[in-house]
Amino acid sequence: MFRSGSIQSHLTLRDKIFSLDLTLFVSILILGIISFFAMYSTDAGEFAYHTKSHIVRFFVFFSLFIAVSFLKTNFWYNSSAFIYLGILSLLVLVKFFGLSSSGSQRWLNLFFINLQPSELMKVGLILFLAKYYHRISSTDVNRPKFLFVPLLALVFPVILVITQPDLGTAFLIAAGGVVVIWLAGVKMKFFAYLGVVFLSITPVAISFLKPYQKSRILTFLDPSRDPLGAGYQITQSKIAIGSGGLFGKGFLNGSQSYLDYLPEKHTDFIFTLFSEEFGFFGSCIILGLYLLITWRIVNIGNITRGAFGKLYCYSFATAFFIYVAVNMGMVLGLIPIVGAPLPILSYGGSSMMAMMLGLGVVMSCKIHKDETVS
Amino acid sequence: MIRQGGESKLTLLGRRMFILSAAKAVVVLGIFGRLISLQINESKKYKTLSDKNRFREWKFSPPRGLISDYFEKEIASNKQVYQLHIIPENSENLELLIFRLKSILGLSEKNVSKIKKKIKSQKTWDPVIISDNLTWSDFSRINLFLHDLQGAEPVVSVARLYTEPSSAHVIGYVSKISKKDLKTRDYLQNKMAAGTRVGKTGLENRLDSKVIGDVGYKRYEVNAYGKRIKEISIEPGKPGANFRTTLDLDVQKLAAKLMKDKSGSVCVMDIYRGDIVAMVSSPVFDSNKFVHGINQKDWDYLMKHRDKPLINKSVSGLYPPGSTIKSLAAISALENDTSNPKTIIHCKGYIEFYGEKYHCWKKKGHGYMDMREGIKQSCDVYFYEVARKLGIDRLAETARKFGLGQLVLKDFVEEKTGVVPDTSWKKKYIGKNWYLGETLHAGIGQGYWQTSPLQLCLMTAQIANGGYKIEPRIILNRNQKEKFDGLDQFIINKKLFSEDVVNLYEFIAKFKYKSLFKNPENIKFVQDALFAATNEPMGTSYGSRLTKEEFVFAGKTGTSQVRRFTEKQRELEIKNEDLPYEQRDHALFVAFAPYKEPRYSISVVIEHGGSGSKSAAPIAKQVIKKVLEKHSLRESSRGLGGTA
Repeated sequence: MFRSGSIQSHLTLRDKIFSLDLTLFVSILILGIISFFAMYSTDAGEFAYHTKSHIVRFFVFFSLFIAVSFLKTNFWYNSSAFIYLGILSLLVLVKFFGLSSSGSQRWLNLFFINLQPSELMKVGLILFLAKYYHRISSTDVNRPKFLFVPLLALVFPVILVITQPDLGTAFLIAAGGVVVIWLAGVKMKFFAYLGVVFLSITPVAISFLKPYQKSRILTFLDPSRDPLGAGYQITQSKIAIGSGGLFGKGFLNGSQSYLDYLPEKHTDFIFTLFSEEFGFFGSCIILGLYLLITWRIVNIGNITRGAFGKLYCYSFATAFFIYVAVNMGMVLGLIPIVGAPLPILSYGGSSMMAMMLGLGVVMSCKIHKDETVS
Repeated sequence: MIRQGGESKLTLLGRRMFILSAAKAVVVLGIFGRLISLQINESKKYKTLSDKNRFREWKFSPPRGLISDYFEKEIASNKQVYQLHIIPENSENLELLIFRLKSILGLSEKNVSKIKKKIKSQKTWDPVIISDNLTWSDFSRINLFLHDLQGAEPVVSVARLYTEPSSAHVIGYVSKISKKDLKTRDYLQNKMAAGTRVGKTGLENRLDSKVIGDVGYKRYEVNAYGKRIKEISIEPGKPGANFRTTLDLDVQKLAAKLMKDKSGSVCVMDIYRGDIVAMVSSPVFDSNKFVHGINQKDWDYLMKHRDKPLINKSVSGLYPPGSTIKSLAAISALENDTSNPKTIIHCKGYIEFYGEKYHCWKKKGHGYMDMREGIKQSCDVYFYEVARKLGIDRLAETARKFGLGQLVLKDFVEEKTGVVPDTSWKKKYIGKNWYLGETLHAGIGQGYWQTSPLQLCLMTAQIANGGYKIEPRIILNRNQKEKFDGLDQFIINKKLFSEDVVNLYEFIAKFKYKSLFKNPENIKFVQDALFAATNEPMGTSYGSRLTKEEFVFAGKTGTSQVRRFTEKQRELEIKNEDLPYEQRDHALFVAFAPYKEPRYSISVVIEHGGSGSKSAAPIAKQVIKKVLEKHSLRESSRGLGGTA
């Protein structure tokens, strides 16, 4: 019905600016500013490499976020398969030309940035699946024939990422994909089957795990098993967060991070650092901001008219929430250390780029909420 | 098509999104709950853990307490030492640094490889001690080149310093803590720190737990790798307690000088207080060499030296007392009423006893002797007879009463008890019965006797003071300061009452001295005989007498045989000097001074020194003079600080 009329946008730039979701926009900005301070603290109170590079990245990708949101949702709908395949081929390229670091091959050297395609795949897969399920009718959703493509689209990149090896990112990609499939209406029983299959291949998969991955899982089950080895990270992270107390040790006074007891403080454990310095209240502010962002994305999904926009926003909101929950759960010692960055706050260009891209598409859905896609 | 399915699709989407939102709420609650539990409920526990991470303490050892002489001159003190540490991680080129240091300090290849090994075995930020005792010129040279020696750190620290080699044996020395020390010395548990030294011998060993002090702490903030980031606080620790001894460094020095190139001991004792004024063992050694670990060459020298310099001969050298025992034999015989001073015995150079000849040292014989002459001229034949009548067990009893056969001080682990032989001793330790002939030998201090120079000094002191038991001491205790407050009066009264035995006993009891005699006249008799031995012609130490009235002393020579003479050697009149060194007799001399009002006793032992009169008495004479010269100063210095 809207096929012809909806391709062209009738919105002016001014309209677009005014229809930006202010809450989402400001929340992201605040989170960004918080991340500058956190990064400044990881650099031991110096305006050093990580801080500078993080600020530059944030503003570059925040601009990307705005640019993406000004593009019509339809553009993203149409190019989603292309984007997915593009990222997938980058993942394949990583296999051959990727840069290795600490035993895992994840990055492509693009000279201005070391790109980690697996991070982009988090968004790419959601985009692709959202389009796929937009296109098929609800009656077809549960027909086995139509499960084939989504499963393939999910499994292929996940396997590529697992073998990098990068268990954490693979899990997060898969989680995003499963969320789309679930939201699209695939029946519970398929998930039950999937669960059974997953459980049955788990022992096999474990035998393929690298020793450090195995030890991480075992250590999670019993951190005291190896307090100076693999359990060290969990233990030190808990000490940092716990010692923060109600109001924290104060900005730049986080002894755990300052004295290098915190592992990966720029990236996966950035929340720990913030929690140590700003305490329970600081933690709640961060948690609140993420919930606010999630809520706004869901809200945008609610007001978006098209199924693609809704499916995408709901899925991305859920995936975004999962990223946050997995990271926090990890540093709080609730789940094993899997290596998952905290969106926006963590240092890392590819993660930042992926999140801004994903949020940009959400914002695009907001701006173009009354336009349907085809 | 899309539109048709749209309705139900969106409804389903909404429903499923609702389920997901519910799930999210659960997860958020989980995270929130965890935050509450970590940051609020268990915050205290984690704060403690964080501090435990953050701070680390480094112990360092405080200066050891000073040990001084009676006049508060330091014998064991502390000095600044110049050390060189390197911190490997601060050096850009470690090889080059070591090479440069090697040429500046002249380190040996062996040293260098040891240092390299040490560097490899520890963290790169932990300092490696290149030298813990640099000379000033090396230290200043290092400082001169310091800009070229990145990673090298000159450090000024404190270490033990021994100022007087004459007192090496008494004071002892400190050295690094050994595993055995840790096992046997409980007080070391919380005294361990880099640079801690423990006393191994002498007073350093005896007083170690008090002299060592309490360790200080430096509290540092450290990072996860244990590297010090900044100093948080310093607890300076407590220097060890200072101790004042009864020694007189001047006397110590003189005695050591006189004993140079001789092996033996000089002991001087205050006959009323028991204060050990001097205790020198010769040859002396430099105890400073042990502080930073003695090198192999010096160690070998000390171990292989003929005269065993490390042994404190004053307390652990054991010698037969020789003729010095004769005064005791006389006292014992008089006290037991087995001999009379008037008894005359004819010495023809030997006596025969059950077919065996017992020789006097004077081959021609002394002629007719009474007891005074017997002591004065040290007639062996006279004392064979005294001993025969007295019997060994009674002699031994008197000897023990006067301090032989037991420890004099409680301060030296190295002190030996020696042997006072009697019938039951022989039965127990040799498993044979006592022969009467052995009593004769015992009467002139030969045979089984084993006495230390300090025991002989104590024995003489207790004869000199009129026969009162004293408790020798070397460490001045502040609590005992008043113990001898009425001493001058006691000495005067003692003279006053000497005729009035009943009153004397009463007085002694008041002063807490224990008398060792039944009749004070017996002691007086021996004192007089000893006076004769030194100050009358024919006396054995007449040649070494001091004539100035205030210096006049009384003493007894002794010569203790290392081996028994054969009849043939006796006939050939082989002189001691002609024998190989190891076979020569030990020379002994004991004395007290001044004769009129005795205050000090002395014992001199010279190993393989020949006869007591020729080698030991002349040394005693000079030492006595020095001691008496310093007497009034000593008396007036009594009020100086004592020991904690």
